[in-house]
Amino acid sequence: MSLTRADGMPSYNERIVRMFTLAAMFWGVVGFTVGVVIAFQLAFPALNLGLEWTSFGRLRPLHTSAVIFAFGGNVLLGTSLYVVQRTCRTALFGGPLFAEFLFWGYQLFIVLAASGYVLGITEGMEYAEPEWYTDLWLTIVWVVYLLIFLGTLMKRKEPHIYVANWFYLAFIVTIAMLHIGRNLSMPVSFFGTKSYSLFPGVQDAMLQWWYGHNAVGFFLTAGFLAIMYYFVPKQAGRPVYSYRLSIVHFWSLIFLYIWAGPHHLNYTALPDWTQSLGMVFSVMLWMPSWGGMINGLMTLSGAWDKLRTDPILRFLVTSVGFYGMSTFEGPVMSIKAVNSLSHYTDWTIGHVHSGALGWVAFVSFGAIYYLVPALWKRQRLYSLRLVEWHFWVATFGIVLYIVSMWISGIMQGLMWRAYDSLGFLQYSFVETVAAMHPYYVVRGFGGVLFLIGSLIMTYNLIRTIRGDVRDERAIGSTGAVPARA
Amino acid sequence: MAKIERDDATGVDTTGHEWDGIKELNNPLPRWWLLVLYASIIYGLGYTVFYPAWPSLSGYTKGILGYNSHADYYTEAAAAADAKKQYTDRIAALAVEDISKDPQLLEFSLAGGQAVFNENCAQCHGVGGQGQKGYPVLADDNWLWGGSLAQIEQTVRHGIRSDDGEARQSQMPRFGADSILTPEQIHDVAEYVVALSGGEADAAAKERGATVFAENCVACHGQNGEGNKELGAPSLTNNIWQFTGDRAAFAAQVTSPKHGVMPAWQGRLNDDRIKMVTVYVHSLGGGQ
Repeated sequence: MSLTRADGMPSYNERIVRMFTLAAMFWGVVGFTVGVVIAFQLAFPALNLGLEWTSFGRLRPLHTSAVIFAFGGNVLLGTSLYVVQRTCRTALFGGPLFAEFLFWGYQLFIVLAASGYVLGITEGMEYAEPEWYTDLWLTIVWVVYLLIFLGTLMKRKEPHIYVANWFYLAFIVTIAMLHIGRNLSMPVSFFGTKSYSLFPGVQDAMLQWWYGHNAVGFFLTAGFLAIMYYFVPKQAGRPVYSYRLSIVHFWSLIFLYIWAGPHHLNYTALPDWTQSLGMVFSVMLWMPSWGGMINGLMTLSGAWDKLRTDPILRFLVTSVGFYGMSTFEGPVMSIKAVNSLSHYTDWTIGHVHSGALGWVAFVSFGAIYYLVPALWKRQRLYSLRLVEWHFWVATFGIVLYIVSMWISGIMQGLMWRAYDSLGFLQYSFVETVAAMHPYYVVRGFGGVLFLIGSLIMTYNLIRTIRGDVRDERAIGSTGAVPARA
Repeated sequence: MAKIERDDATGVDTTGHEWDGIKELNNPLPRWWLLVLYASIIYGLGYTVFYPAWPSLSGYTKGILGYNSHADYYTEAAAAADAKKQYTDRIAALAVEDISKDPQLLEFSLAGGQAVFNENCAQCHGVGGQGQKGYPVLADDNWLWGGSLAQIEQTVRHGIRSDDGEARQSQMPRFGADSILTPEQIHDVAEYVVALSGGEADAAAKERGATVFAENCVACHGQNGEGNKELGAPSLTNNIWQFTGDRAAFAAQVTSPKHGVMPAWQGRLNDDRIKMVTVYVHSLGGGQ
C-alpha cells in the first residue's frame, strides 16, 4: 500500500494523523475540565454532589486517564504515525486498515476505561485502573500499533533510523511490557468485571510503582522526547544539536529509568535495599534526562531570535525548560531525606503537574500547532496572536498551580512532623487540611486558566481547519499592518 | 548518501544524515554534562556501599553504616516513649481527679491530651472541641452525659451507644414511626418545644402540646424540659441543639429520632492516653 505520488514522494497516510489530532484536542479539553472539577472538589467538598458517580474517588482516575492516555496517548499515536512516515520516507505498514483499527480500537479503549471508572469498575491500581476486559482489548490494539510502527521502520527508504523513532519505539515496546506485567490478574468470573492481581502484598506494591514510574518514564517522557526531536528542529529550522548526545542520553535514560520505581515506596514495608537502589537509580537519571533538554534547547543555537516572533516555538522551548526543571526536581525528591518531607504531600502533585502541564501538554500543543496547518494544507494558523494568548494564559495557570502546591505541600509535610517540647504531635490531620484550603483554591484557578488556554487553542484550530486566516499584525513588528500580498 | 556539511551559524559539521529535512550536528557531549553524569554515578555507587543495596540469592549487602529503617524506627519510638515515661507511668497510676492536682502532670496531660484529641476526636468534635452538626460542642458547659472528670472518662472509655458492655445507653422512642402519637400530637409537642426554648409559638397548639409533653416526655427530659444527664436526655430549654433547632426538625426527631453514637476508646488508647484526653476535654471550658 505504498503508492507513490506523481512528484516521487510516497503518499503518506495523513487522514489517520488528522483523526488522532482531533481526538487529542477533544480528550484534552475533557481531561482538563475534569481536572478543574476535582481540584475544586478538594477545596469545596460539596461539589462531590453526594452522588457516587461524581465523587472525587471516581473522577480522579477519569482525569488522570483522560489527560495521560486519552489526550497524551492520541498525541503520541498521531505524531508517531506522522513522524515515522516522513522520517522513513514510506507510507504506513499495514495500510489504512491497520491504521483505522488502531484509531477506533484506541478510542474504544478510552471509552471502556472511562465508563468503568464512573460506574465504579476498577482494579484500584493507580494509572492501571481499567479491569481485565479493557486490559485485554488494549493489548490487542497495542500489538497492532507495534506492527504498524515496526513494519514502517523495516520498509524505510532512509539508511538510518531517526532518533525520534528510537524514542517512539522504546515507548511502544516498554509500554507493552509494563501493561502486561502490571495487569497480570485473575478475573473472578467469566462474565463479571472484577479481577484480582496475581501478586501479593509488598510485591504488588513494588510492581505497581515499577509500572507507575515507568508510565511516567516511557509514556510521558520517552514518547514526548520523540515529539521534541522531530518538532523542535522542524519549527526552529535548525539541525539537532548533537547526534552523540542523543545516543548517549537515549541509552542511559532507557537503562536507568526502569529501576527507579521504588522511590515511590520510600519508608514503607519495601525492603531497605530496594529503597536504596530506587533512590540511587533516580539520582543517576538526572543527567540522562538533562541530555534531552540540552539537545532540545541547544537546537535553537543560531535561531534564538525566533522565540520573540514564533509562539509555537516558544511552546516547544518552554516545554523543554519545564522538562529540565521537573527532571531535576524528581531526583531531588527521590533522595530519602527529602522524600521523608515530600512524600504523600501536595508537593508530589505539584511536581507531577510541572511535568504534565509544562512539559507533556506544552510540547503537545507545539506539535499540534505545527501539525494542523500541515495536515489540512493551510497556509498558516488562523491566528498566531491567539497562540500567544494561549501561551501566556496557560503559563500563568501552570505557575499558579505549581507554586501553590509547593507551598501547600511543604507546609503540609512540616505540619505533619511538628512536635511540641514534650514530644507530642502539634497538629491534627484536619488542621493540615484546613490550612491547605486557600492553596487548593489557587490551584483550582490555575487549572481554570490552563483550561481556558486549551479552549482558545480549540477555537484557533477550528478556524484554521475551516480555512480562515485572521488579518493581524505580525508578532514582533511595531509598525502598521503590513500590506498583504 | 551521507553528505557532511558545515553549519554556518555555529561552524560545526553535520553528521551527513538527513530525515525529512532534519539534519544533526556532530557536537561532542558537553563536558560539564559528562562530569555531572559521572559524579552522580559515583555518588550512586558510593551510596550502595554505605547503605543496604545489592540483592543476592540469600540476602542483600547490609552496607557499612548498618542502616536498618525498621530497627531505627523502633529505637526512636522507644527513646520517645522513655522520655515521657516519668510522666505517663504516674498518670496511669493516678485517678483523673488527682492528675490535675500535680501542676507538672497537669501541664503534660494537657499537651498529651490535645495530641490524643487531635488524632482521634477532632474529626467529629472539631479542633478545640468546637463541635459540628450531630457532634456536641465540648467547649461549653452544656453536657449530655455530664461534664465532671469521672463522667467524661466514663464516656471516653466506653463510648455512647457503642457495642461496649458499659457504654452509655438510652433510646428515645419512635413516637411517630411506631404510632404512639398522632401527627397532630407531634405537631403540637414540637410547638411546645419551640416555646420551651424561648421561641414564638402558636398559643393553642402549645397548650395542647404541653399535655402531650407531660404524658410522654417528662420521664426523660424532666418536668420543665431541663434534661437528665443520667439518661443523656438533652435539656430542651437552652436553645442548644445537637441536630437542627427548628419546628420541622423537632417533629422529625419525635417521629423517628436520631441518636448520637461515639465509639469506646478503651482498648484502642492506653490508660494514660485516656486519662490525658479526659483532662484535656475537661479543660476546654465546660468542665464541671
